[in-house]
Amino acid sequence: MAAPFEHSDDSVVVIIGTGAGGGVLANELAQKGVSVVALEAGGRYLPEDYVNDEWESFGQLAWTDPRTTSGDWRVAHDFSGLPAWIVKAVGGTSTHWAGASLRFQPHEWKARTTYGALDGANLLDWPIDEAEMAPWYDKAEEKLRVTRTGGRAGLPGSNNYKVFEAGARNLGYKEVHTGRMAINSEWTDDRMPCQQTGFCFQGCKWGAKWSSAYTDIPRGEATGNLEVRANAHVARILHDDAGKVTGVEYFDQNGDMQMQKARIVAVAGNSIESPRLLLNSASSMFPDGLANSSGQVGRNYLRHLTGSVYGIFDKPVHMYRGTTMAGIMQDEARHDPSRGFVGGFELETLSLGLPFMAAFLDPGAWGREFTSALDSYENMAGMWIVGEDMPQERNRVTLSDTEDGFGLKVADVAYTDHANDAAMRDYAYDVGARMYDSLGATRTLPTPPYPSTHNLGTNRMSERPEDGVVDRNGRAHDVPNLFVSDGSQFTTGAAENPTLTIVALAIRQADHIAREMSAGSL
Amino acid sequence: MAKERGALRGLTRRQLLSGASAMGAFVVGSGYVTGARADWATEMRALKPESFATLVQMARDIYPHDRIPDENYVVAVKDYDTQDKAEMAEAGIEALNTRAREQTGDDYARIGWESDRVAVLRSMEDEAFFQTVRGGLVTGLYNQKEVWPIFGYEGESYSKGGYIDRGFDDIAWIG
Repeated sequence: MAAPFEHSDDSVVVIIGTGAGGGVLANELAQKGVSVVALEAGGRYLPEDYVNDEWESFGQLAWTDPRTTSGDWRVAHDFSGLPAWIVKAVGGTSTHWAGASLRFQPHEWKARTTYGALDGANLLDWPIDEAEMAPWYDKAEEKLRVTRTGGRAGLPGSNNYKVFEAGARNLGYKEVHTGRMAINSEWTDDRMPCQQTGFCFQGCKWGAKWSSAYTDIPRGEATGNLEVRANAHVARILHDDAGKVTGVEYFDQNGDMQMQKARIVAVAGNSIESPRLLLNSASSMFPDGLANSSGQVGRNYLRHLTGSVYGIFDKPVHMYRGTTMAGIMQDEARHDPSRGFVGGFELETLSLGLPFMAAFLDPGAWGREFTSALDSYENMAGMWIVGEDMPQERNRVTLSDTEDGFGLKVADVAYTDHANDAAMRDYAYDVGARMYDSLGATRTLPTPPYPSTHNLGTNRMSERPEDGVVDRNGRAHDVPNLFVSDGSQFTTGAAENPTLTIVALAIRQADHIAREMSAGSL
Repeated sequence: MAKERGALRGLTRRQLLSGASAMGAFVVGSGYVTGARADWATEMRALKPESFATLVQMARDIYPHDRIPDENYVVAVKDYDTQDKAEMAEAGIEALNTRAREQTGDDYARIGWESDRVAVLRSMEDEAFFQTVRGGLVTGLYNQKEVWPIFGYEGESYSKGGYIDRGFDDIAWIG
């Protein structure tokens, strides 16, 4: 039974956003008996609502409210109003994610120590490490029912995977398998196994892929301790004269301004909206934005360096059939500066349907060089590069002069590659192309980064208050009852898809908050 | 590279020069445009028939797929035949024809060789009209479910039970 809480109830924890961070935090707190109001800007969609159609689904789920872009990344040119492909719905981007669930490598928690000082990079060690996170990763893998962990079987290999695996083996790579995926390979958690439908990015209609939309959210509501308000767009976080947050102002589903009081506020709106909200919450006490005495709110925007390689063969592949990202090669994820860059990257299988392939293969391109590639869509195999990009102060989310439908300043997202990013991407393109060439590809196509799906780093975790926005528990250095609970708290991005780490941090943060509340110190 | 005769297929040069009724693959009548084989026809609401036929040819030259019939290009640009957009489109096509005449002496749709038409388009690819038409085609053409089978893309699969029993791992040429 979903609990209704009064707007004037100042005993509740208000969580802004219901994705992998906010949705998990909401449920974990509700299970511990904590009263939670979760405010979600989007509507509520469940598997029966999802559609196997790329553009229709994009219209249903994607965040398409205005944003602006700057910097010299190609996305700013090709998709100037769409820096990121993320979701506005209950469940957030956990409806859209591919399910790849990887732990950081131990050294990636200590990027500054491991990589040293790089010109232009604002590297910093996380204040937490592998040993501290291991038990939380265990819990996250169990919650998400990650394949190849906890005795669970891997997913079967699709056509696209078989091409990928054969190419990787031809080049001598060893760490090649169908991935550690939050997509069921068997019935578990009251959810069915994967039916190899494709359309993982459009919301899993079987519920085989974990999403907070149909796991943590309803389970939290069932405790009676969680109320989720959909179509509630938060405008501002309020605070008192002591510098503690007291509640939030939001626009409800009718566009009317409401105020919800709070004992604690947790921000989990993804790495673009979360810093935007803190910046839009500036006041006379916090003139540069809430929790921003370090000046780091919005800075160090990370997106993984990404890129894709498609290979065309003289025979059919049908890459779109089956689980989109159940395939990985991890040999290049290590840190090995002899390759000409620090950090590492994963290669993962990827496929787009024909409509999105036309939009993203080479945005802006036209003529027969472009169309002849699409003509071979049936014979195409695809992979995605996910590599660690360098934090830079100039890559940042700021407030734009543009306003949204509520009259709130929207986020501008600036990004420019670091030289390390460019070097790694070129190396990864070459590896991918050689994998396909080894199998007789007649053509290989390096494809530029898509609008960002892994948005990280804009409220980063730091030991010292002057280096970042939140502490080792995701608590704002400047504001004792304000937390950040999404990927924006990442100190560095590592080479791995971020969701498992976001979930592990949220479970850990719930434990911290509940403990501090019991102790009366929050 | 051999030049490809696209716009003139099925027509002799004498037929083309004989009157305003023939523009490339299209037959233009009063108030309508039809395919040369009369297998489709579309009534004009706001655009001049000659302009619409030019737009269809431009669409094919931007994203040429030899196995996609004209009908799908017609659908992809039909949206310009509205009161809102016709003025912009007519102005854009007039500019296109001006550029075409400068380069070849002919209006765009009368240029017989694809490579000569593409050269005209290349010379204006940074202009707003070209980018509007090109950008619109990305969804206008490729999001038509009717063209997906031509590319071997099967679309929606949930209602068919996914591919678990329908070939997700049926690749035969990998060991």
